[in-house]
Parts: sequence; C-alpha cells; structure tokens
Amino acid sequence: MPRFVIAFAALLGLVFGVANVARAEFKVEISGVGITQIPIGISDFKGADSAPQRITQIIAADLDRSGQFKTSKPGIAIDENTRPDFTSIKTKNIDGLLTGSVTRLSDGRFDIRYRLWDTVRNQDLGGQSFVAFTPDLRLVAHRIADQVYEKLTGDKGIFSTRITYITKHTNRHMLWVSDADGENAQAALTSPEPIISPSWSPNGNELAYVSFEGRKPVIYIHDVSTGKRRVLANFKGSNSAPAWSPDGKSLAVTLTKEGGSQIFIIDAKGGDPRRITQSSGIDTEPVFTPDGSAIYFVSDRGGSPQIYRIPSSGGPVQRVTFNGNYNISPTLSADGKWLAYISRIGNSFKLLLMDLVTDKVTTLTETNHDEKPSFAPNGKLILYATQVQGKEALMTTTLDGKISAKLSGQTSTIREPNWGPFLKP
Amino acid sequence: MNKTFISLLLALLLTACASGVKLNEVPVVDKKASSVSNGASSSGLSDINPSASSSSQQVQQPKSTVEPVNSLANENAPAGPANIEKIVYFDYDSFIIKPEFQSTIEAHAQYLKSNSRAKISLEGHTDERGGREYNLALGQKRADAVRQSLTLLGVGTSQIETVSFGEEKPAVQGADESAFAKNRRAEFFYK
Repeated sequence: MPRFVIAFAALLGLVFGVANVARAEFKVEISGVGITQIPIGISDFKGADSAPQRITQIIAADLDRSGQFKTSKPGIAIDENTRPDFTSIKTKNIDGLLTGSVTRLSDGRFDIRYRLWDTVRNQDLGGQSFVAFTPDLRLVAHRIADQVYEKLTGDKGIFSTRITYITKHTNRHMLWVSDADGENAQAALTSPEPIISPSWSPNGNELAYVSFEGRKPVIYIHDVSTGKRRVLANFKGSNSAPAWSPDGKSLAVTLTKEGGSQIFIIDAKGGDPRRITQSSGIDTEPVFTPDGSAIYFVSDRGGSPQIYRIPSSGGPVQRVTFNGNYNISPTLSADGKWLAYISRIGNSFKLLLMDLVTDKVTTLTETNHDEKPSFAPNGKLILYATQVQGKEALMTTTLDGKISAKLSGQTSTIREPNWGPFLKP
Repeated sequence: MNKTFISLLLALLLTACASGVKLNEVPVVDKKASSVSNGASSSGLSDINPSASSSSQQVQQPKSTVEPVNSLANENAPAGPANIEKIVYFDYDSFIIKPEFQSTIEAHAQYLKSNSRAKISLEGHTDERGGREYNLALGQKRADAVRQSLTLLGVGTSQIETVSFGEEKPAVQGADESAFAKNRRAEFFYK
C-alpha cells in the first residue's frame, strides 16, 4: 500500500519558529490513499500568527484524517474578504479553497473568519465568523473543518466532537476527555486502580465506566463538566460493560449477581436491574441498536465467543457472527447499517466490519492487536485501540480501510477509546 | 470553576444565540471574478460583518470544563488463615481446578466453616490475551469455579463473593507463556 506520513510538526517548526514552544507536539500520521479524495487548498489565514493555536493546520489535519480530502497549502494568505485569483489557483489542481483571517480583539478574544470557495465553479460557498477565547481556538478550528466537510461532502462533520480514553502510567490510571483528534486532553479521573470501558452518554455530558477502586468492578456515571459521579451498579459480584440506551434513560450492563456474567438493563438513575439474557455461560459487551429495540452482545453459549442479537425487552436470541472462534466487542454505526467488532485471526486480533444488510465482512486494518472499536457519530470513521511498533496507540480508519490515522497525544499506554456524540452547538 | 466566569460565558452564549447569523445565509450578489478590492470593503462577497460582534457565533462548549477527580482505593490489610496458599492457577482457556490445588481449597473451606463470620472475596484473573471485557467474564468464571468447590465442601454462599479483575491486575508483567501462566489465577482475599 502506498504510504505517506504528514508530519505537521516539521512544517510548524518552520512557520512559527519558537513562538509557540509551550504547545505540545502536533503530529498526525496518516497512511493510505483514498480513491475519491477531494483536493482542497488551505490558505494561510491572514493574521494567523496572532493566535496561539495553529488553526489552519488543525483544520487540514482534521480533513486529512477523514480520508475524504487531500489538503494542500497554496502558501499564500488570503482573507475571507478577498476573491482569490482563480486563474492561478487552478494550476494547483484543487477543487476547493479555504480562506480566512484571525484578529485579536481588545478584550483578548479572537475573531476567526473563514470563507470557502468552489474553485471549479469559482463560486463562494459561504463562511462564518467565530469569536472565542484562547482555550476554545481548537474548537473553532474543528468547527470550521466540520463546516467545510459538510459543505463539500454533504455529511455532518465530526471534528468538534470529543473522545474518551484511558492511560496507565505505572500505577496511575487516568480517564481522559479530548478533542476527536486526541489533542487537548483533560483528565476526568485519576485512580490507583484500573478503569475500563468508558462510554459516552447520548447527550455527551456523562461517561459511564468500570472502576476497580473498590477492589472489584463497579460501574460509575461521571458528569465530566462538574466532576460529580455516582455509582450506577455495585451489586454482589462483578459489574461491567455499561452501554447507554439511545435515549440516555437506561443502560445495559453485565452483572454477575445471579451467577455468571449476564446482561441486565438498569435505569440511568439507578434502581433494580432487569435481566435480559438467560444463559449458563458468559453474556457480556451489550450495545443497543440506534433505535433501542435490540441489543447486540457477546456470548460463549455456542462454545466460543460470538456476537448475538436479542430484543432489548428480552426474547429470542439470534446469532450474528459465524466465522472464526473469537468474535467480541460489537459496536454499531448510528444508521444501524454497520457492525464493527474484533475477531481473533490466528494470533492476531483484528478489527472487522460487517455490512448488516449483506452480511459481508471486511478487514480494515494492518495492525494485529486491535481492541474496542467505536464509530464516529456520522458513521464515517471508526476509532479503535491497537499497538503500533509494540506501543499502544489509538487509531482511526475509514470504513473502506483505505485511510488510517494514528492519533497523537499520550505516548505510553493508551487504550479503551470511545467516540462521543455530536454536541449541540 | 469560577461562578462569575460561568455567568459571563452564559451571557455571551445567550447573546450569540439571540442573533447568530450564518454568513452563508446572506445571498451572494456578484459571482463575477472581476474587480476584487483587496481590502475590508468587499465587493459582491457574502457579508461577513466585521464590526457587529452580534453577527458572530460565540463559541462555548463544555469541553473547557472537565473537572478532574482523584480516586483513592481502599487497600485493606490482608486477613484470613496464615500459612495457606491464597492463589490457585489455571490452564489456558480453562476453569477447571487442577488436583494440586485441591488441598489449598480444602484448607480455606475448613477455615471458613470454623469462622462463620469470615468473609472472602474470590478474585478471578486472566492473562492479557483477548478483549478486556471478555477477559473480565472469563476471570469471573475462574472465581466461580473456586466458589463452587468451596460450597461443595460446605462453605455458606453468604460468606463468599466472586469478582473478576480480568486482565487488569497481572501478577507479573510479560508477554510470554511463563508470565501468562502466573496471571491465570484466582486469589483468596479475606475482607
């Protein structure tokens, strides 16, 4: 496979010198080549040097990671009020051009404006102005990337959404919330004991997760903006694998209170759990369908772990995976058309994608330790944990497997990612 | 977070909501590629109004306000019988208690029966191969297997809780079979 790596750190070093030494290294590695990438020029925004964030580089990295764009730098600063000279831009083989400006306001905020041009039809595709404090400049960049993405692909962009993940440094386990590109990470929880299976609530305000701080697995719900958290499930035995219902009112969880790992549904406010599955073996890793009517889960009832489906009120169970003897960690796209999961193939653990209409299964990655996939809210990317050159890493891949990107950020152990929902603007 | 700051943010947000104008909703008058002035006064471009801040979108998100929490674990001092092994090891993908551990289990059963107020947590573990949640369920099976042996020997179920740590608390680090073998285990933890 042709492979190229875009190291923005190098570019930035040249452009900005030492002006922003306090910033973490900003590096996006992208491999693969898509078939239908839209070539787009990202011009330097006029006055961009006044902002402490490299807004156009963040936009370009977002669009590249999506797999649907191939960005380039015309190398000229064009603001949003200037009609570009299309005759010269044509020669650069781009279909779109992003222009804009950054102005520092007297109160310390920044006014960021952009305008997108269709360089094939020489047409103004519109723009917007954002006023933001410094901590929200990355969000502005992601919002602009979202709007460019939507204007040119027709699909909603996911760059301004958030992800969560876990890191471990010796005996310090941390739960993080970051931008969708892995940057701007903020610690939500620090614990001397393991944390696993964080899962975003549908409104994007809360995380459910499993913490071992009480010397057993207990499910918590944690409001990330206030830091307030509550125990959702601490029954006798183990409590794990929380999965939110689409309306956010209840969660499917795995409890062992009645013997064996079985799936229950519990109100998000707590209370008595209602048992959904009935087997003598393992039933775990539930995930709701987008309409809430059914639950996909993992069971060893057939002798090896496979993915099954059951109505969320309980009832007849239907087997979904048949190939291989170890299929786990199901996750569904928001349109309900795709099932991503992990399959053991030989000694490898691989991310697979099943088209739920045709049952066709494809392999998406070239890595061998894939874990815990979750879809972007627009269903166009999958986030997963894996190992790259022996080190844990978070990656995204397009659904055709052609474009994958390693998220930057934490360098040592990083795992258990979960992609959050669209946020209400 | 500072209350004044929050109020300020809310105020800004409300202002923005009240008058947010999408620039691309303004019709483009002139699409000719001629006579573009290079200054602030645009000719024929859709309007991005520089002066009225009310036409801008105020950017506020909960993203800037993740409140960090520190959790403290409760490491109790180990209790229970002295001079008895507190670990049982398992074969790969197995929940069968091997004969060499039967005497260990009998010793714990004896202790629990003669100390009816003693409570034990049986903690199942796996090696690192496989998914974390599925390994949690596998570790639970190991703890449950030890519980079954104890109850067959007459220990009351109310004295026993079975929990799993899956692959999260390996006894030894390493990715070879000798490390895996030491990590596939169930531990007796007296509360």
